Amino acid sequence: MNKAEDIRFDSKASPRCGPFRIFGRTRVRNSTRSNLQGRGVSSSAPSDSHSDAMPAKIATHDFNIPPWMFWIALLCIVPQALWGAERVDSSLIPSTFAPESAPAHSISQLARFVLSITGMMFVLVAGLLTYAVVRYRRRANDDGMEFVQVYGSGPVEAAWTTVPFLIVVVLSLATARVIQEIQDARKPASALDVQIIGKQWWWEIRYPKLGIVTANELHVPVSQGGRRLPTFLDLRAADVVHSFWVPRLMGKIDLVPNKVNSMWIEPERPGLFLGQCGTYCGTQHAKMLLRVYADTPEEFERWVKQQKGLPENDPAVSAGRLVFERTACINCHAIGGSSATDRRFGRDLTHLMSRDTLASCALSNSPANLRAWIKSPDQFKPGVLMPAMNVSDSDLDQLVAYLTTLK
Amino acid sequence: MNGTINIGEISDVMRPASTASAADEKSILDHIHSWLVSVDHKKLGLMYIMYGLAFLVIAGLQATLMRIQLAAPNLHIISPQTFNRLFTMHGTTMVFFAGMPLIFGFANYLVPLMIGARDLAFPRLNAFGFWLSTFGGLLLYFSYIGGEGLSGAGSAPDVGWFAYAPLTAKAFSKGHSTDYWTLGIMVSGFGSIATATNIITTIFCMRCRGMTLGRMPLLAWLYLIVCAMVLIAVTPLTAAQIMLLLDRFAGSHFFDTQAGGSAVLWMHFFWIFGHPEVYILVIPAFAFASEIIPVFSRKAIFGYPIMVAATCAIAFVSLSVWAHHMFTVGMTSTGNTFFVVSTMMVGVPTGIKIFNWLGTMWGGKLRFSTPMLFAIAFLFQFLIAGLTGIMMACAPWDWQLNDSYFLIAHFHYVLVGAIVFMIFAAIYYWFPKATGRLLNERLGKWHFWLFVLGFHITFDTMFIPGLLGMPRRIYTYEADRGWATLNLICSMGAAFQITGISIWLFNVFRSLRKGKLAGNDPWDAWTLEWSTSSPPPEYNFAEIPTVKSRRPLWDIKHPTDPDWKYE
Repeated sequence: MNKAEDIRFDSKASPRCGPFRIFGRTRVRNSTRSNLQGRGVSSSAPSDSHSDAMPAKIATHDFNIPPWMFWIALLCIVPQALWGAERVDSSLIPSTFAPESAPAHSISQLARFVLSITGMMFVLVAGLLTYAVVRYRRRANDDGMEFVQVYGSGPVEAAWTTVPFLIVVVLSLATARVIQEIQDARKPASALDVQIIGKQWWWEIRYPKLGIVTANELHVPVSQGGRRLPTFLDLRAADVVHSFWVPRLMGKIDLVPNKVNSMWIEPERPGLFLGQCGTYCGTQHAKMLLRVYADTPEEFERWVKQQKGLPENDPAVSAGRLVFERTACINCHAIGGSSATDRRFGRDLTHLMSRDTLASCALSNSPANLRAWIKSPDQFKPGVLMPAMNVSDSDLDQLVAYLTTLK
Repeated sequence: MNGTINIGEISDVMRPASTASAADEKSILDHIHSWLVSVDHKKLGLMYIMYGLAFLVIAGLQATLMRIQLAAPNLHIISPQTFNRLFTMHGTTMVFFAGMPLIFGFANYLVPLMIGARDLAFPRLNAFGFWLSTFGGLLLYFSYIGGEGLSGAGSAPDVGWFAYAPLTAKAFSKGHSTDYWTLGIMVSGFGSIATATNIITTIFCMRCRGMTLGRMPLLAWLYLIVCAMVLIAVTPLTAAQIMLLLDRFAGSHFFDTQAGGSAVLWMHFFWIFGHPEVYILVIPAFAFASEIIPVFSRKAIFGYPIMVAATCAIAFVSLSVWAHHMFTVGMTSTGNTFFVVSTMMVGVPTGIKIFNWLGTMWGGKLRFSTPMLFAIAFLFQFLIAGLTGIMMACAPWDWQLNDSYFLIAHFHYVLVGAIVFMIFAAIYYWFPKATGRLLNERLGKWHFWLFVLGFHITFDTMFIPGLLGMPRRIYTYEADRGWATLNLICSMGAAFQITGISIWLFNVFRSLRKGKLAGNDPWDAWTLEWSTSSPPPEYNFAEIPTVKSRRPLWDIKHPTDPDWKYE
């Protein structure tokens, strides 16, 4: 036993590895320590006793910037982020934590449960890490000696394998239950059926049993007063993969070509809920927006009745109608009651004016916007598949006049 | 002493080309030539690393452009087409041309040195693998010029880094940008497979005397596992790329949905590569942490056998979790539940690793040199990455979170918070070994604090718009959704990160000339690479060492109390 060996294990050694020792059978090298008990640390460690330390050590500094400064900076930022400087209508923010429909409620409950468990795990582990960093930092008066070497501890390792395993089992069971609840829900007879067809970059919406075809703005009834009126959505894609996502009503489900997916929503209060395409689908993915109007059953009935009717044939705008039929508009767009009733590439325009928005909810629906949009769609949505038709200004005025009668 | 000797200054050691003296013209050409034709694992390793870092900077700048565009709603600084190319190139570059070369670079440089070998098993295969990866990257970036053919304006791919079919079909992706994407990844994939085979062979066949598998440094163990995963994961990706090329050029219909092909098939192929790929990238970060944390805590790694076992478990389980990327594509409830359970299970061995690093620090004497600062930040950030991963593993919640900014924040916590942080730690730690000079500690701390601050400003904030319904890959967003302030804050964080990286680049170039001389073993470490000179001679060790424990240099430094008595 040489001198350097002696100094390495000072008497501080035993309390420091204490936490591991309470479990017993810790794999600590303690064969030599018994010789060292009682050796004081008060004697200043002589620097010439570093016979087994290596040369070319570099001086290491402790923190230059105290870590608490960083956390304080962070704390200043987060509330600012939460409050936000913007003024927006908070009822329109598509927050996943403000659910208004049955599946979204279950998801948000599961989320809160998982968040609380993972939050506790974070506090525990981050707390231990912080404690270790602060408690075991090398002190300014460090003697430069190597410290007691611990190689592991069976019981400790068994503990931190078992406990996470149990947590994982609990989380898996909770999750499996919500999956069942949502995916395997039985469809009540009163349910409304809707087909959603994703296209680059808009949504075709069909109500097969009601014979309604519309776009981008989905109307559904709310479940009120014990009367369940859920809506079951049939999801398909005409070109590439899209994803139907209205966060306050339900998580997203993809619309995959050659595959039919389904999901259901059941809003509980009337209102407007915003969403958009959730999977990258090409150039204008960002503006493939979506609106869901949850109507009271009576309002919904009114809306259905209005959609089922045909727009009046107003002779005052027959010139505009002629423009529509003569130019390429008619190749893609259907208008009920006109000579174009079965065009499916573009949106069905039969009740264009009953919608609040144009261009997949990217523009509000006004005659001025409609005119500007037809004149140059690319200006609003670069890359959009609807071409600019180069119609003359007078034709454009007549066309817009005609389209604004499609109520 | 145990057959290990320290080699003194070797006069003919090659330095990186950037340090070559400008006065000696012939020597510059000689140097460049010697690098280009080199089969030396150290030179190839450094070339891999420099190449990876160059792409890291390029892809970082692409991310900055995207953050500028997203700083406020309805901005029109960048067109949607350009934005879509930016995120495609950012993702592809970071994963295939920054991440992969960096991890292989460190493997190349360190594995032979740490197991006491003079080179990899197949040096020329190693050079072949490197140059394949390099040309793969160049091929991808050539798409900016050649994507539309010589006559048209160039364009990069805009299909997203996982290129979901049928966006890649001829009908939706005209021109050749997707072909450059496919070929670039395929070519560099062949390089990855070559290098992985090489490293596995080296680890199995070329360990020095006395180095049993149980005495290998954890880094070598973890790289062994990573390379096995590369062989398993990259092959399906290559197969899928070949099928895609057949679709595009030979009229097959694997993924061509217009002709009855399957979009979901591509997803399965891609993610059975894609998820193991995450672990291929993050396990080397674990490897660096498992070397750096013990040295700066002055303690042996806690629970060596269980660290190896946990990594094997991660590798094994990670091969059966891929469809958690596909919870939204409409699987059955049974299918979803299976992937929920398997994904959650990864949390157990991952937790073990975090706890074991904690156990290593517990009761030690922590030295806060720059590598250790990065490693400590890594521990906190990887903890958050893991916990948010558990959140996303809950399939119903994932229906909300998948492809939202929450997901972006989560995987940047893994890819930046864990991997990039540990790559910086590794650079600060092994830079003196590779160049003979230490990086400046003071600049290193500025780099660290700016980067950590910028990282948290950007990515902590980014979780929130995801929870508020913001999907990824949108070039702009509406003002009525309540995401504007949050996005502005995210974008501001980028400025801190760029400043940090600039300081680091300055530090590297300055320290190459003026850095403090390192000596063989500046950190008082314990593995074999520190027993040879800095930089090591071409033959690494004049005499192949013999080891008796996991920490051969501890045994030399403490001859009366060696490790092998206790292992």
